Amino acid sequence: MPTPSSEVIVIGAGPNGLACATRLAQKGAKVTLLDALPMPGGGATPREFAPGFTTTLAHLTRGIDARVAKGMDLERYGLGFQTLQTTLLGPNPVTISRGKTASQDADFARLHDRLTQFARVLAPFRAIPAPTLGKGNDWLTLARLGLGIRALGKTEFRELLRMLLTNAADVAEDDLTDQRLQGYIAFEATLGAWAGPRSPNTLILLLNHLATGPDVLAPKGGMQAVAQAMTKAAEAAGVTIRQNARVTRIVTNGDTATGVELASGEALAGKTIVSTLHPGLTLRDLVGPRVLDAGLYTRAGHIHSRGGTARLTLALKSLPNIDNLENRLIIAPSVNAVENAFNPVKYGQIPDVPVLEVFFPTSLDPRPDGLHILTANVQFAPHMPVDGLDQARAQMLENTLRVLAAHIPDLRPLILHCELLMPQDVAALYGNPGGNWHHAELAVEQMLFLRPLRDLSQYRTPIEGLWLAGAGSHPGGGITGAAGWNAALAMEGAL
Amino acid sequence: MPDLPKRDQKYDALIIGAGHNGLVAACYLAKAGMKVLVVEKNDWIGGAAVSRELYPGFTYSNCSYVSSLFRPEIMRDLDLPKHGLQILPYEGGAVFTETGGYLGMFRDHDANRREFARHSARDAEAYDLYSRDVQRYCRFIRPMLLRTPPDPSSFRPRDIMELLWLGKQIGALSEQQRAEMVRFWTMSISDFLDEYFESPVIKGYLAVSAIIGTALGPMSPGSAYVLLHHYMGDVDGNVGAWGFARGGMGSITKALTASLRAAGGEVRTMSPVAEILVRGGKAVGVVLDNGEEIRAARVISNMDAKRTFLKTVNEADLPAEFVASVRKFKTRGSSAKLNIALDAAPVFTALPEGAANIKGDLHFTDSIARMERGYDDWKSGHFSRDPFQDCMIPTMIDPTMVPTGKHFMSCFVQYAPPKIAGNDWTDADRDDLRDTCMNQIETYAPGFKNKVLHVEVRTPRELEAEVGLTEGNIFQGELTFDQLLFNRPVPGYAQYKSPIKDLWMCGSATHPGGGVMGAPGRNAAAEILLDAKLPGGMSDAYAVL
Repeated sequence: MPTPSSEVIVIGAGPNGLACATRLAQKGAKVTLLDALPMPGGGATPREFAPGFTTTLAHLTRGIDARVAKGMDLERYGLGFQTLQTTLLGPNPVTISRGKTASQDADFARLHDRLTQFARVLAPFRAIPAPTLGKGNDWLTLARLGLGIRALGKTEFRELLRMLLTNAADVAEDDLTDQRLQGYIAFEATLGAWAGPRSPNTLILLLNHLATGPDVLAPKGGMQAVAQAMTKAAEAAGVTIRQNARVTRIVTNGDTATGVELASGEALAGKTIVSTLHPGLTLRDLVGPRVLDAGLYTRAGHIHSRGGTARLTLALKSLPNIDNLENRLIIAPSVNAVENAFNPVKYGQIPDVPVLEVFFPTSLDPRPDGLHILTANVQFAPHMPVDGLDQARAQMLENTLRVLAAHIPDLRPLILHCELLMPQDVAALYGNPGGNWHHAELAVEQMLFLRPLRDLSQYRTPIEGLWLAGAGSHPGGGITGAAGWNAALAMEGAL
Repeated sequence: MPDLPKRDQKYDALIIGAGHNGLVAACYLAKAGMKVLVVEKNDWIGGAAVSRELYPGFTYSNCSYVSSLFRPEIMRDLDLPKHGLQILPYEGGAVFTETGGYLGMFRDHDANRREFARHSARDAEAYDLYSRDVQRYCRFIRPMLLRTPPDPSSFRPRDIMELLWLGKQIGALSEQQRAEMVRFWTMSISDFLDEYFESPVIKGYLAVSAIIGTALGPMSPGSAYVLLHHYMGDVDGNVGAWGFARGGMGSITKALTASLRAAGGEVRTMSPVAEILVRGGKAVGVVLDNGEEIRAARVISNMDAKRTFLKTVNEADLPAEFVASVRKFKTRGSSAKLNIALDAAPVFTALPEGAANIKGDLHFTDSIARMERGYDDWKSGHFSRDPFQDCMIPTMIDPTMVPTGKHFMSCFVQYAPPKIAGNDWTDADRDDLRDTCMNQIETYAPGFKNKVLHVEVRTPRELEAEVGLTEGNIFQGELTFDQLLFNRPVPGYAQYKSPIKDLWMCGSATHPGGGVMGAPGRNAAAEILLDAKLPGGMSDAYAVL
């Protein structure tokens, strides 16, 4: 017999799960949040990668969704951010602060302004359910947002229409002359994507980053501070959070979800089940083919979820001797460097010279023992390496350290521990098949009304009482909570 | 009567470039009563749709080599069959595999299906579904080919009406179909085919149409749309079919020229235009290289946008913003061509004797990954070391082009960049490309090289120098979404009108883009006639076919 339980069961205590659960609890629902990991926070949860050293999967953010931050009152729970500058490493490093380079590169400032303007008028779309191609649109809101876009003026409106589906490389090369800044645009656009900067439809990914937040932020106290603040807010709202509770099945009765089963064998009943897990995993593995219609089952298997990012974490004796190490550091010297780092990944191979986003969290939040940590997102890494995972991981680590050492010469002797997670490792640890940050790749064919699939774009599924609220839903992942909040809003009418 | 020739204004319309689009526009304008002159820089007519004798007794289709996209509405309006045009569908095709096998293609859907089953039973099943889905996307696009794209930034009634029309077309689809279509347009052909098929060679074959002429790889998002661009043609109403123009591709422009002359128009060859004359913000004619001035009430450029506005018009006559946009218009060439005279038919060892497959497109790229690696070479500034070739032997079907028993073989090669590692192509690079391609063919057809009588190699360098296509881009501009519809060639100027009064565009750089389609020429003529308040004399676009 299932134990009598909550009205609402939310699966997955990442930022989206926490945001969604909190909002529902605030509206009076009795919410249980189930999470497979030992601690809540998902991509922001601390994990020991070497004895005495912890890290989080996400190491930086562009900010929590404003509605989530306000609705969960995260500031009250101690969450604060520090805006980072970005330094492009190389023979002549460039530091970028709030869209301006130290040298006041006029081309860059102009391009950045334009993209920021585009991002500003597109940002509101992140905070509403994706517009549909059929019925059910809030036409008033859409008309308002449409007018906002048109208010850019004729020239800029036309440019936006042209650039919306263009590739980041052409924009960088058309509008900038400095190769380092071109590389930066190329890197930024493809960060977390499974695409090189010459692929069409990549500029919009950069616009999405900018719409999430204009700057890259480091939470005070590290990324786990986000997890802690959101957890406290959830608990304060009355959410029951259960850790080490891996859901293995969503129980259905006919076309209605009635509860979940845990790996322990325990069954929980719920009137509403919200999954923040990968939508394909949710439908194909947790609901299963006997309940879903064959077409949806097949299409859920077609959701692209290729992770292209490896994650490097180093424990260091001390900080290396380089400038700007409190900044976000990028090693992506040109457009071609980024493109060439992507090419082999298409064939399941490892790039010789990967491109990197490096951060020293302990430069802002020192450890009591004076030791340090380096975290890096390494691109690109194959999601299904042809040479097998272990060999690929070793090769990736070797190539990554070589690139790092070329820019930080005294790094190698400082290394106490190192860990490199390939996309498959990320998938195994965090439960997102493919290891993509956004669960379902953030790509135009999986955006808005197509995210994660055309008939799942409104957070609702064909299974009565089962909802999606994770990074695989609009507007995607990142440590923002936006998808979870949107889903909660969508569910409010229904509960 | 409008547009009576004034004293020093001999022509109503002067068209620069006797390619197929220029001729199509000229024909419609002449038929509407305008006095029309087409000027052509070369000593032959046809632009990139030509038949030329480059080796004694052999007719080469040395640029474009197959036909499907040419709009049937235009054929009918301009009476092209009467003027000698005949399209012969091909009878097959094959992809040869590295392991010595092949995938055959046939004219008949069911025959294809059986052949697919030889490689994968699942894929044979999927082929029906795939064909149905792609046909549906084609049917949606086809009516848009012969319409001027609306300007979404404009509040003119005409643009709003056109947007509403577009909305109506979309409204006619179910929500599911709309979503599937948007998805199809924006994804890569590789991802799209993965949803239907498992066999690498089948996917390799079907991906071909998504890369031809394009500076995209099969794994680039947006490549699925390019497939559509090649699928929406037809041969005698058989949508998606391709064929040869009897007598070579020049037969199309030959028929157009005959139709133009019948309507009273003129063509002057060996008349390269040095400058488009602009007086008081209005195009008034052209100056030829030899200094001769020809006056006309309007000038219509069939050259690509870069050649027209950056090389033939004085920049001071154009808004700076427009010039900047033209510079951003992407025209990177991606292909080369080998035109080969053969002493005898090549024998492909994998094919059964007498197989009809040789009477169509022959490929040696048996997987998407190989194609994509070829694209990686292009991106790094080199031609593909393992190139994709689309080989045709039109003389298998049309023996009129060569002496009895001999053959002409056309090999379209991808990828070939506009520059080699940032430098102009040299003759050595060209020969290197030729040898790479010939060796590839030799591998599958031993003895092939011994049958070769003559080879013409055309890299992007030759295409630019001879046909005038900037950077050798065969579509006069890449076919990506940032350069389609209302963005083609430049946002705000996608309605065939340029910023200069009475200077128009009618080439493939305008909507709906390249291929021997004629649609840009016809659409431009429609706009010009509307502007001149003359009746169009055009048949309606077929809604469906």
